[in-house]
Amino acid sequence: MRLAARGLGWSAGAPIVEDVSLTIEPGETFGLVGPNGSGKSTLLRMMAGLIPRTRGTVHLGGRPLSRLSRREVAQRIAFVEQIADTSEALSVRDVVELGRTPWLSALAPFSPSDGMIVDEALQAVGMAGLASRRWATLSGGERQRVQIARALAQRPRVLILDEPTNHLDIHHQLSLLRLVSRLPVTVVLALHDLNQAMGCDRLGVMQEGRMVACGRPVEVLTPERLAAIFRVGATPLCDPVDQTTIFRYHCLEEGA
Amino acid sequence: MSLVVSTPGASARPLARSVIFWGGAGAVMLMLAIFAGVVIGETPLPLSTVAAVFANVLWDAGHAVDPIDAGIVWSYRLPRSLVAAGCGAGLALSGVVLQALVRNALADPYLLGVSAGAGAGAVAVTILGLGGGALGLSAGAFSGATLAFVLVALLARAAGGGSAQLVLAGIAGSQLFNALTSFFIAKSANAEQARGIMFWLLGNLSGVRWPDVSLAAPTAVLGFVICLWFARAMDAFSFGAGSAAALGVPVRRVQAVLIGVTTLMTATMVSLVGSIGFVGLVIPHAMRMVVGPRHARLVPAAALAGAVFLIGADIVSRLLIPGQVVPIGVVTALVGAPGFALILLRNRRRL
Ligand SMILES: Nc1ncnc2c1ncn2[C@@H]1O[C@H](COP(=O)(O)OP(=O)(O)OP(=O)(O)O)[C@@H](O)[C@H]1O
Ligand SMILES: [Mg+2]
Repeated sequence: MRLAARGLGWSAGAPIVEDVSLTIEPGETFGLVGPNGSGKSTLLRMMAGLIPRTRGTVHLGGRPLSRLSRREVAQRIAFVEQIADTSEALSVRDVVELGRTPWLSALAPFSPSDGMIVDEALQAVGMAGLASRRWATLSGGERQRVQIARALAQRPRVLILDEPTNHLDIHHQLSLLRLVSRLPVTVVLALHDLNQAMGCDRLGVMQEGRMVACGRPVEVLTPERLAAIFRVGATPLCDPVDQTTIFRYHCLEEGA
Repeated sequence: MSLVVSTPGASARPLARSVIFWGGAGAVMLMLAIFAGVVIGETPLPLSTVAAVFANVLWDAGHAVDPIDAGIVWSYRLPRSLVAAGCGAGLALSGVVLQALVRNALADPYLLGVSAGAGAGAVAVTILGLGGGALGLSAGAFSGATLAFVLVALLARAAGGGSAQLVLAGIAGSQLFNALTSFFIAKSANAEQARGIMFWLLGNLSGVRWPDVSLAAPTAVLGFVICLWFARAMDAFSFGAGSAAALGVPVRRVQAVLIGVTTLMTATMVSLVGSIGFVGLVIPHAMRMVVGPRHARLVPAAALAGAVFLIGADIVSRLLIPGQVVPIGVVTALVGAPGFALILLRNRRRL
């Protein structure tokens, strides 16, 4: 499903996101990178329709998001927050079952097919074995994977993930990225690891609330831009196995 | 019921069966509790007399019964038990809703100032003579409860909107409205009135008659149905309002409906029996330990437990000191405070 943003902006006193326009094609994996506080999370929340009173419009499959009910939006877009926590004594399975919320109502209760979708989602992130564990007892990476399973259980057409690789060990980072890039859905995700970002179809670079670059990763992530925006020096290296470019970083100036 | 649901591949039939089973078991428990409330009291009545009175009223059986006994059973103890059940269920449900929406283990109508507001409203109506009668009292309590909650919510929001802010604002609100209540009493009530009001504020079911049932029971049933209807939405609030919105819950509307029904329940119950603490706090937590945090089970469990608990507390309040009625709020606090301590100890890691 195509996700198109036009002139998105939001201010809380000071402007936080300004005039961002972008179109994400169906099935595309779009990465969002930028320094801390550059507005990635805010932009993702706006594209999920979760911030009221924003400037600009978001179109989902040609329809304006503001015309859809919250439920209709949640049937199409699943959103995984950067940080999610609860003090309720929920089990892993309970949390993933929350993902079925937009498809259920008091008159359409949880059915066996919902149970199957939940099982699949748990398996996809390798949490099926821990389904009855309490949320409070999970490690950071396990929590992250449960939230992703919850988003998968929503059966969305657009998956918006805010730093989904946070807390994950390297194996789970790679398998998560492979999982989402293989899903037949549109994926928008914020990432901090620029080498992982190279695996996206396209990248947008955020700086101080503006999208300063957008395009194929190799075109967007140039050493000059990395120096200007992320304030690091970057040496491109070539992996002899598959000829992909990776970056090695170093501090630009002492004490800066 | 989600015990059955949570086993993968369970068919829909066991769900319906477990709903019927647990619904039936709950109804039987509630009826037993109400029956106990009718049978037990200062004047011991044999079961046969109670049964005869019921038979007479319900299908004109024509048994010979002492009219005084009949009066005790039908006009005094039965409405009292029914109102206790309605109030217990209503207060426990209010606690469930507020804890879910506020995401704070301490939230209950008492702590958030809703009870204090309802009390002040009811006292204002009684003493200052604004309106009159049971409905006037309820209207006063409802206005007071709404006003208190709006003030508390506004203050919490202005203070940053966190759940700690809401609890602190609730404490400020309770203090303010309790002070207003005392002020109204000091200003306008004579000693006799003041004593009566203080007694009423501590929670007291002695004056309850059938008209009160017709207020308490529909309110509790309405609240129960609405809470059950929004059970899944309340589940979605476990990761916060933002996450509930991302799951397709119309957050504002759900909050408005649920807080509205909570205020209505609290206000009705306070106007009928005074402000009774601890039920809204302890019962939901105790039931979470029994049936888990999912609201499809928590809502019915808390409603039932609240009803049974308050009927029990009312029985105890009648028997504790012979010849005298101890305010029911005293009994609920006497049981509730240790119960709450127990919950704190068992949950020491989670709160
Ligand atoms: N509700 C708010 N009120 C005021 N400022 C806000 C609010 N939300 C975000 N901000 C500010 O907006 C800026 C962008 O925040 P955002 O969370 O979008 O950054 P980010 O790019 O996701 O950063 P990170 O990489 O650290 O996750 C930050 O400076 C933040 O302090
Ligand atoms: Mg962020």
